[in-house]
Parts: sequence; structure tokens; C-alpha cells
Amino acid sequence: MEAVLFFAAALGALGGAIGVVAMRNPFYSVLALIVHLFSLAVLFLLLSSAFIAAAQVVVYAGAVMVLYVFVVAYVGSGDESAWEPLPGQRLLAPLIGIALFVELAIAVLASSLLALGSDGPEVEAGFGDPAAIGYLLLEKFLVPFEASSILLLLAAVGAIVLAGRRREGGRA
Amino acid sequence: MSIEWYIVLSSLLFATGAMGILLRRSPIVILLCLELMLNAGNLALVAFSRMVGNEEGQVFALVVMVVAACEVVVGLGLIVAIFRRKLPLDVDELTELRG
Repeated sequence: MEAVLFFAAALGALGGAIGVVAMRNPFYSVLALIVHLFSLAVLFLLLSSAFIAAAQVVVYAGAVMVLYVFVVAYVGSGDESAWEPLPGQRLLAPLIGIALFVELAIAVLASSLLALGSDGPEVEAGFGDPAAIGYLLLEKFLVPFEASSILLLLAAVGAIVLAGRRREGGRA
Repeated sequence: MSIEWYIVLSSLLFATGAMGILLRRSPIVILLCLELMLNAGNLALVAFSRMVGNEEGQVFALVVMVVAACEVVVGLGLIVAIFRRKLPLDVDELTELRG
């Protein structure tokens, strides 16, 4: 059962990723990314991390993707021109991607982590639930937690400065 | 399923995202491919956290999600600003900063 779920979710994640890269229309790329994110949430559930899976669906597939859909609808989903400024880009990019995968596979195989081949240790029922993550966030990782909240605030201010409409002056 | 499968899937997704960044020219799709790479990293973090049997890796994954949200907000703000100035939405034509 677990293997069936894993392969279904892995197929969804990989198909979504390839869809993001292959679709000519950015709107369809966003939709493919939503499929990818939902499949990843299933994988997170299989790894018994319920809170990350919920955050993935609510924050990513919900909020962030709505932002993408709004911007794609705002700027218009113009198709990419077939004109190639860099000769051989279509050929070279997949080759570099495959080379990167081979390199990562070699790195994983050579890491000699014995636990990689196992299912991981037995965990109790509360592993990765909101209580455990919240305890870690507010006890052990309080400073990174506060720093990430400041980062979010700075990003919001930066987006308003970048995209905001200026009333006077020539600079639109 | 052994943890290996998750790590192999994660590196496959990472390579796909990197390939997309090299292949595509629309800044929106390049941001989407960045999301793919960040999510591949997240999958590896959560898989390793399961392998060790410790939730700390999941906190890392949460922080990666926060950073990804910030990156999306700033990146989409830049795209809206580019669109407002009637510049082309194509990374090969935005060459003002080229040395």
C-alpha cells in the first residue's frame, strides 16, 4: 500500500515538474506546479510529517499559487517566442540537467550513509505533528523563527516599494 | 519505502528545476522552476529528518518555505514593475545590467 502511494505521488510530482518546464503557456505551468505541490504533500505524509504536509497545501498550493495566478493573469500569458537567442540552448540545457542528476546520484551513493537503505527508525505516533513542531519552533529555534518573521515583513515592504504605483514624478 | 527512493526523487526534481531555469526565458516560469528546486530541497530535508528520527529537519523545511514565500513576493513584485515600465518579459532582452 505504501509503495503504491509512493509511486503514484512520485509520478505526480515528476509529471508536474516536467509540466512546469514543458508547457509553453505560463498559466498551464502554474497549474502543473499545483499538481506537483499536492503530490509532494502526499510524500510528506508518507514520511510521517503531518504538519509540513498541511503547511505545504495551505501555504504553497493555496496562498503562493494564488499569487502566481494573479500575476500571470495581470501581465498576460504571452507564449514564448520560438526564436532562440542562444544557439543550442534547447540541446544543452537537458544535457546539463542530466549531468546534474548524475552528479547528485554519485554524491548520494558515495555518502556511505548506511541508514539510507532503511525505512528509518520506528517513531511514535506524535512524530511531526503540530505540537512537536511548535515546541521545537518556540523552544529550540526561537531566534530563527523571529528572524524569518522579520524576513517576511521586509519582503512585504520590498514588494510594495517595487510594485507600488507612484503618484507624481516621471518614474512610473 | 526506504529513504533512498525519496532522495533519488528529490535529486531528480532538483535536476528538472535546474534544467527549466536554463531552458526557459519567461521570468515567471523561471520563478516557478526555482520553486521546483526549493521543494526538491524540502523533500530531501524531510526525508533525512525521517531517516534520523528527529523533527529538527522539518523545522528547516518550514524555514525554507518562509524563504520561498519571500522570494516569490519580491520576484513577482519585480515582474509587475517590469510590466508597468512596458519592458519585455524576457530575460534575454533585459540586458541593461550586462557588463
